[in-house]
Amino acid sequence: MALNENEKINEIDVNELDCRDTKTFWEKFGNIFRSKSLWMLHYCTGCGAIELPPTMTSRFDMERFGMGPMATPRQADVLLITGYLSVKTLRRVIYTYEQMQTPKYVVGFGSCTLNGGIYYDSYAVISRLDYYIPVDLYIAGCMPRPEAVMNGFRTLLDMINKGEAKGWKRYLKYNDWYKRNQIRALGEVYVKDEFHE
Amino acid sequence: MTTFFSAIGLVLLAFFWQVTLSGIARKVVARGQKRMGPPFYQQFLDIFKLWSKGSITHGFIYDFGVIMALGGTIATLIFVPAGNFVVFKGLDNFFVITYLLAIGLLGMAMSASGSGNPWASIGVMRGLTQNLGYELPFLIVVLSLIYDYKTGSISGIAEAQQGMGILGWNLFRMPLGTIVAFVSLLGMLGKKPFDTPIAPAEIASGPLVEYSGKHLGLLMLQHEFAQFIEVGLFVNLFLGGGTVIEFLIKYFFVYILATMIGNVMGRFKIDEVVAFYLKVPLLLAFIQALIIIFTGLGVSVWL
Ligand code: SF4
Repeated sequence: MALNENEKINEIDVNELDCRDTKTFWEKFGNIFRSKSLWMLHYCTGCGAIELPPTMTSRFDMERFGMGPMATPRQADVLLITGYLSVKTLRRVIYTYEQMQTPKYVVGFGSCTLNGGIYYDSYAVISRLDYYIPVDLYIAGCMPRPEAVMNGFRTLLDMINKGEAKGWKRYLKYNDWYKRNQIRALGEVYVKDEFHE
Repeated sequence: MTTFFSAIGLVLLAFFWQVTLSGIARKVVARGQKRMGPPFYQQFLDIFKLWSKGSITHGFIYDFGVIMALGGTIATLIFVPAGNFVVFKGLDNFFVITYLLAIGLLGMAMSASGSGNPWASIGVMRGLTQNLGYELPFLIVVLSLIYDYKTGSISGIAEAQQGMGILGWNLFRMPLGTIVAFVSLLGMLGKKPFDTPIAPAEIASGPLVEYSGKHLGLLMLQHEFAQFIEVGLFVNLFLGGGTVIEFLIKYFFVYILATMIGNVMGRFKIDEVVAFYLKVPLLLAFIQALIIIFTGLGVSVWL
């Protein structure tokens, strides 16, 4: 959704946060394991999803790095936003992202997640993903080839090992900012929770 | 005191051996699909990573069920002899193991239902239904074994097969019963034709759908221990136990064979699972039991 130019959206620089001061010994230790076993959520939004089957199967074989698909967001570590995100889908992406457990990472595929791509200024598609959820890594291309996807994953694993993929900490710290942007795009929603009534 | 230390030793042995084998099994599956596959220690990395993650709770029953499943499975595990390495000598009775194993299963079922996710309830329902399917043929075969050897002790049955070398194994004395038990073993391990309870593509991992982080790590551990119990029982009852080293080698072959068979199979629907188990393996199990009752031990007449 096109943003209202009069509203100043980026008044704080969320990417400035340095989380290195909270990096304890156990966190460094855990990062070694986290960077060798990464489960991705089986969730596809746009055209880029079509590059995932070749990345998973025999030719490129993502399981070599310990990456595998997971069926439920509770078990997954990494959320792949594979392309354009309509406003309807954004709400589901936010629900999904918030269900994942804490060391969690987001990878944006292609130019649509960066700046809207060919859907720039569309009424139904958001134009920048990292206003709404924190993105750790973008993979360039429209759409990225499996080589690029694999390369992106390797970079992500290195970043996790060094403790640089800290989008989830940013989401915790600047939650107000992200929530405000989400509400601006989606409007307030009343979620009917039948189970806990 | 020695009992305590040998119990710890058995649990550690089960942990390292079975988790390594799970990693090798993933490699075997990958080679079957012409992939390289993860390194053989991948399963360790997965478990330790899960323990380093955050997790949420859905209430007391949810937490307690996980502990009960893991505790019940470890309690069962120390009754299972690994070849001639028996922790509780004279107490390793088949009935003890059968009853204790239910604790792990029920803890898991309780906890999964406590998470309140409808997929979890469906998965638990499928798991217990599948249990109904494979228990019956397996129990009939093992009961006829117990009838013949006049002992319910696992290590007793394993030792009774020792004398005649390889021909003394129940694998050769009662091939029908071994086939039935192996098909039941596939169901217990949840290998491919019978992986209905945790069908990721249909019911999003079934009972595991709400587990995350540390809870999931503990349940993975529970699953590995349960697999050790099931394969260990099969090796002791039908492949003649042996020393610890022999036991582990036989274990390796049985587990990898089950993985390879699972790798080339599709998945049954849950009603097909029960219908299959209650037709072919149950019939074979009855035939085997009748042979044993009327002619002495299996085909020992001509061995
Ligand atoms: S970047 Fe290109 S390939 Fe990716 S979602 Fe947008 S239009 Fe499709």
